[in-house]
Order: sequence, then structure tokens, then C-alpha cells
Amino acid sequence: MTASVAFFRRQSVQKTVKTVLGYTILLTLSVVFLIPFLWSLSASFKGLLQVYAIPPVWIPKPIHWENYIRIFKLLPLLRFFWNTIVITTLSLVGQIFSASLVAYAFARLRWPLRDFFFFLLLGTMMLPTQVTLIPQFLLYQYLGWMDTYLPLIVPHFLGISAFSIFLLRQFFKSVPLELEEAARIDGSSFFRTFWTIILPLSKPALATIVILTFIQKWNEFMPPLIYLQTYEKFPVSLGINMFKDVYSSLPHYIMATSMVALVPILVLFFVAQKYFVKGIMLSGLKG
Amino acid sequence: MKIKISRMRRLEALSGYLFVSPWLIGFLMLTLGPMLFSLYLGFTHWNFHEPMSTMKFIGLGNYKQIFFHDPLFWKALYNTTFYSIFAIPTGILFALFLALLLNQKLHGIAVFRTIFYVPALVTGVATVVLWQWILNPEFGILNGLLKMIGIHGPAWLYDPVWTKPALILMHLWGVGTTMLIFLAGLQNIPTHLYEVADLDGASGWQKFLHVTLPMLTPTMFFNLVMAIIGAFQVFTVVYILAGDGGPGDSLLFYVLYLYRKAFVEFQMGYASALAWVLFMILFGLTLLVFRSSSLWVYYEGEKR
Repeated sequence: MTASVAFFRRQSVQKTVKTVLGYTILLTLSVVFLIPFLWSLSASFKGLLQVYAIPPVWIPKPIHWENYIRIFKLLPLLRFFWNTIVITTLSLVGQIFSASLVAYAFARLRWPLRDFFFFLLLGTMMLPTQVTLIPQFLLYQYLGWMDTYLPLIVPHFLGISAFSIFLLRQFFKSVPLELEEAARIDGSSFFRTFWTIILPLSKPALATIVILTFIQKWNEFMPPLIYLQTYEKFPVSLGINMFKDVYSSLPHYIMATSMVALVPILVLFFVAQKYFVKGIMLSGLKG
Repeated sequence: MKIKISRMRRLEALSGYLFVSPWLIGFLMLTLGPMLFSLYLGFTHWNFHEPMSTMKFIGLGNYKQIFFHDPLFWKALYNTTFYSIFAIPTGILFALFLALLLNQKLHGIAVFRTIFYVPALVTGVATVVLWQWILNPEFGILNGLLKMIGIHGPAWLYDPVWTKPALILMHLWGVGTTMLIFLAGLQNIPTHLYEVADLDGASGWQKFLHVTLPMLTPTMFFNLVMAIIGAFQVFTVVYILAGDGGPGDSLLFYVLYLYRKAFVEFQMGYASALAWVLFMILFGLTLLVFRSSSLWVYYEGEKR
């Protein structure tokens, strides 16, 4: 009797030690992960003298709120945001449109050479983008698409993301066939079945694709760098890069700009956190 | 009846091609066509600013130049390989460590998950710019903190020896995506396996070694392939930190060099050849990982 009480007591002590240890490590790491953000946030409120203080100071004194007004006057930040939103939204529309249609053809319809093309699709996932970059550039140049958003958007309407197609196909395949067959017997066309039965059932997979594409397009750097020349057309990413080169001696402004650039994606993340986390987790499991 | 079936079949085939047509057009125009064209370009000498008619077929000329007379190519390949060798294993192990921490049943774990993931979400120009200031040898916080514990920090982005470690540090900070995928893998391990191990009296460490790790190898495999592809295609970070290649060209990474050849010097033939060399390297490495997977990746009978 006493032996077993001792056993359970030892168990619970062990558990408490584990919990305390777990929290200690988690908290320490959290601080390490947050330092870059906190330090930059603090720098963004500093005056010129304090940014260049040695040793570095954490608390800005006085707090220069006006840094955040200044940067909107120094560069057309709102314009850059608008540009990023336009590029991202249109790309998302294209991605959903093409990936869902194509995935449906691969998951459900029987047509000649389907398996061969599916094999090709998987093959393109392994292809580094650099291999097609230069001819694509020449093609867009030939089409007169330079300095427009078309090279950044149109590929998404043409199923450029093999990974999205693959992910959706796997998901469509897990939808029970009976649902569609019933609709087919009622005389519904393939498109109607796809539109009214498959798509509504696929919201979780579609959400994953929206999120992965969103992150990719929001942070995208090399394509706009190559295709855009006019400063007014820049997305946020190019805008900050340019600002950083021009105002390299004013780090407090650069930090403020970066902070502002991070806000929209962070807000979106906190609003839709569940979908983000699930989406990324799903992408790993299906791959 | 028979006629009806064959008509249905034809309709289905037609619909199939209609549904797949966006990708098919994209595949021909944006992948297959460009691939063949870049393969051809790789055998030519051509500057973008001259008319296409000046394009000259030079056979293996570009490749000979790359392998035998281009020290910058070797420098870029060395930098990229050096970075990959350190960034890939440390990144994967660190992500796994974080995922294991997050897989504990503790209150408020979602908050920690968010904190560890957010840096990966915002990887872009904005965070690279933040790091540039953090890594500043005189005014940055990293060396400031090091000084507090009595270490005189290096010059980071100004010292060719320390540029790549700085990059690896930034990479570790942004492993959130890999971490989440590991976490998904961990949560996918059936609990009955642990229950059986408990009945057998297995210790925590034994359970990790004989249940968690084997069950996690498919996830490990996925993350490894992704990490290799990612490491060899690093561009944004090095372009922003050191568009010119950094001190002593220590940040001249492969894709940065390719970009320079294609869109600064406009040597389209040479850059295409460089792209194909990269493709071959990645293809070889991926093949190697796939081939080796039968040795270390454990698949449950019916899964996948």
C-alpha cells in the first residue's frame, strides 16, 4: 500500500519537473524568437541619436511616433500595399480556378493519356524555376508584358503550381464517389457535379491552397524584380528594398517601414490562424 | 445502349481535356517550351541587347567555360554547398526539436506555436532588412547581447568568414514551416503504439527512438527534399543583404550568380547553361535522397 503511494507520488513529482522544464525551455526560446521583432519595434520609435547609441538601448526616449508618419511621406507605402493586394488577389483567383479544374480532371475523369500527363505534372514539381526563367522572360518580352502585372498573375491561371493541383487531386480522390454518381444519374453535367458537389466539399483543401499561395505571393521578390521597372507599380517587397538602399543611414525609418509591411500579414494570420496552421500541416502530410 | 455508353465515354474524355486545358496550355507555354528553349540557349552565345539573329551556336562552349574557366561559378557553388551542408541538418534538427516541444500536453501551447511559426510566415524583404540591422556589428542588438556576456561579437555581414553563419542563424529563426510539418507528422502517429510501448515498460527515450523516430521518417524525408531544393535556390536574402556578392564574394550564391549573368549582364546563353547545371545538381541530389529512402524511411504497410 505505502509502496504504491510512493510510486504515484514519484510519478507526480516527475510530471511536475517535466512541466516546469517544458515551460522554461518554451519561454526561453520564445524570447529568442521574439527579440528580432521587439528590437526592431523599439528601433522604429527611436530618434537618430538613439539608433546609433552604444551600447544599444531598448526603450526609446522620447518615443518618436512621428517616424510612422514620416515614412508615409517619404515613400508611397499605401500605393505599394495596394499593388501587392492586386497581384496577390488576382493570383489567388487564378490559382483556385486552374488548380481545382485540373485536379478534378486528374482525380475523377477518364480521358486518354491521363496517367502520362499526371506523371509529367509530378515531374514539373522537381523542376527548378530557374530552368524556365529566361525563356519565360523572353516570351513575356515578346508579348509586350514587361512592366505589367501579367507575368506575375497569368501563370496562376495556367496551373503553374503543380503542388496545388496535386494537393487538390489527393483531396478530391478522398471524396466518396457515390455522391457524384447520384448526381450524374440525375443528368447533371461534369461541370455541374464539380461545381455543386466536389467544390463545396473541398473547402479545407482550398483554404490550404489559398494560404500557401497567399504567403508565396505576399513575400514574392525575384519575379517582380525582373518584370517591373516603374516605381509606382512596385509591390511592398520591392518598395522596401529600394527604400533601404536610398535611406540606408536612417535605420529607424527602415525599421518602421518593415514593421508596417509586416502588419497586414500578421493581422490576417491572427484572424485565420486555425486555417494557416492546418493548411501547412496538411501540405506536409499530403506531400 | 452500347452507343450510349461510348457516347458517354467520349463526352467524359472531352470534358477531361477541357478541364485539364488550363494546365496543358501552361505546361506547353511556360514549362515544356521554355525548358527546350533554355536547353538550346545553353548551347549558344547571345546577349539580350543584341538582335536574335546574332545568336551563335557554340556547342558545349558555355559548359566548358563554366567548369574550366569560371572561378566565380566555383565560388558560387562552394558558397551554396557550404551553406546547404550546415543549414539543412541544423534547420531540420532544430525544427524537429521545436515540434517535439510543441507536442507536449501543456496549457497555452498554441501561443508558443504561433511565436515559433510567425518568423517563417513573414520571411521576405521586411525581415531581411530587420536582420541587417540586428547583425550590425556596432549598433546591432546581437553583438550588444554578446557583449553583455563578455563576448566580442564578429562583424557578421562585413566579415567573409561570418556572412554564411549569419545566414544560417536567420535560416534557423525561420524554420517554422518545417516545424509545423513535423508537428503534423507527430500528431499523426497512432497513440496505440505508445500505449503498447508503455505496457512493455519502455522509457521515454526508448519510445522516442523506437516509435516516434521511425514513424516520423516519411515526414523527415519530405522536409529533407524540400530543404535541399530550398537551400540551393536561396536568392532573396542574399540579394537584399549583398546584391554584389558581399565581402569577398562570400554571399555570391548560385541563383544570385545566375541572376547576375541573366539580368545584369544579359548573357542569356551562359545563364541558361548555368540553370541547367543547377537542375542537374538538384536532380542528382533528389535522386540520391529518393534512392536512399528505402534504407531509412519507414512506411507502414497500407499507408501511401
